[in-house]
Amino acid sequence: MSTLARELRAKIDAAAARYPNRRSAIMPALHLAQDSEEHLTKPIMEEIAEILDVAPIHVYEIATFYTMFRTDQVGRYHIQLCNNVSCMLLGANRLLERMEKKLGIKNGETTADGRFTLSTVECLGSCDTAPMLQLNDRYIENLTEPSLDELLDSLADQAPAIEPTVVPDPDSTGPA
Amino acid sequence: MMEKVLLKNIDKADSHTLKAYMANGGYEAWRTVLKDYAPEQLIELVKASGLRGRGGAGFPTGLKWSFIPKDPNVPKYLCCNADEGEPGTFKDRAIMEKDPHLMIEGMAITAYAIGAQQAFIYIRGEFAWPAHVVEEALAECRREGILGENIFGSGYRLDMLVHRGAGAYICGEETALIESLEGNRGQPRFKPPFPAIKGLYGCPTVVNNVETFACVPVIVTRGAQWFNAIGPNKSPGPKLYCVSGQVQRPGLYELPMGISLRELVQEHAGGARPGHRIKAVIPGGVSAPLIPEPELDIAMDFDTLAAAGTMLGSAGVIVMDDSACMVEVAWRINHFFHEESCGKCTPCREGLEWIDQMLRRIEDGEGRDDDIGQIDRLASNIFGRTFCALGDGAAMAVRAAIKHFRHEFVEHINKRRCAAA
Repeated sequence: MSTLARELRAKIDAAAARYPNRRSAIMPALHLAQDSEEHLTKPIMEEIAEILDVAPIHVYEIATFYTMFRTDQVGRYHIQLCNNVSCMLLGANRLLERMEKKLGIKNGETTADGRFTLSTVECLGSCDTAPMLQLNDRYIENLTEPSLDELLDSLADQAPAIEPTVVPDPDSTGPA
Repeated sequence: MMEKVLLKNIDKADSHTLKAYMANGGYEAWRTVLKDYAPEQLIELVKASGLRGRGGAGFPTGLKWSFIPKDPNVPKYLCCNADEGEPGTFKDRAIMEKDPHLMIEGMAITAYAIGAQQAFIYIRGEFAWPAHVVEEALAECRREGILGENIFGSGYRLDMLVHRGAGAYICGEETALIESLEGNRGQPRFKPPFPAIKGLYGCPTVVNNVETFACVPVIVTRGAQWFNAIGPNKSPGPKLYCVSGQVQRPGLYELPMGISLRELVQEHAGGARPGHRIKAVIPGGVSAPLIPEPELDIAMDFDTLAAAGTMLGSAGVIVMDDSACMVEVAWRINHFFHEESCGKCTPCREGLEWIDQMLRRIEDGEGRDDDIGQIDRLASNIFGRTFCALGDGAAMAVRAAIKHFRHEFVEHINKRRCAAA
């Protein structure tokens, strides 16, 4: 029984063909599956193992070692706040407290309506525009308390059916 | 002001496109190499330039390439380390987003020098946009015959593949990067053998950083001597400095290697914020031991910083002013390494956890009298006892914070609170 759509299976197969060794395509396959299935279930991982002709353990160990692979459901909007040194020095911890209060959840939790998940992450490589966060795939930089409030309000106002902006924004780069 | 080399295109319209890159002489070096150079000549050229790896270790680039066996029957691989994750560093991201062809041209020349026909670009997973820009740039190259079969009629074949990471800092270590590309957990390998002998899929492999590749085309077009004349001759060339933290003008600055750290922070980045004084600066990403303010008159090059007990690393310059609590900074740095430890070596996996707990309780006003000595002993037992440099980075950074700001640690323990909080 297949869990993954035929189109996705074909994409994974095509990714594998680009490497000298099919096992190398485990990470690309997990990225592809996660993009379409939101999080990685055991049946999904087992099917990837079957497509790539590797033991299921090889897929499980990759999915659990790398922090970007999600084996649990996250909210529609996944807010990942950087609180490494540069962001911390410029007030990331204060922004975290503000979001916790506003969303009524603690770091690592998801709101009851499934709209927001709040996490802290290690350095995202955008230190000149600190403090910053990643909203799904998109970098939101040079945060201030007002800009953070505005961001959260704009997301809270949208009906749950509206998809977030997951396409990265080319203008999100800081000054060169 | 020095002529820009690495950021020369960055402010131009559509700088990420092939058209913009070619309009400014792009891929002329690649064309010249395929027409006029034997691979060994290129290796000698880059050796003569004095270029050293920009990923952090500063290993001589030409020498690294020369270790690749010449046997034509063995496949060779080239990897671009674009797993930029050292806190305080954002230079490779800028190159990939704004001038990806500069990196690709440097990679193509390097691949030819070592005889590789397949290259991989390992981009950290969070860099969704840079990865997209690089993919588009590679597609342009394939369409125009800059990559692919029989490039420019030379008979040479080369392709490149983007491989996205997924949130593991350790994959910036070259053998962990190779493991990750092979479809394994990113855990460093024992060395030797080094990747040049036994790397990706057991084959000879060169791994270089994005900025290192970005230096290669200009060495071909302007010559080794021209490159070597920029900055100190044992550590030469243009350099990208990433300045962040408590400073007036955080940003990416291209300046010669060997510029004074004080000049970089004060003049280029504008110095301290109004009403504050600078207290200390981390010169090369959080692995690099911090430098207290009175010692900022130091040249930013590999050898000078190493002699001073710190390192140039990734040139991620993090500025801390008088509002920063050094215990909190030390805890945050150690906590990062603890989070990112791959778990392979016991001293790193367990030692960083213990140091994390002790620094946290000192910061929270619950430190014990012997904690500072205990942290120092633990750091000594991590240093040099692990497969890779991750644990070393944590140990060096924490010890430097204690060495230069011991009074802050003692005060936290004695007064049972953080004065900055």
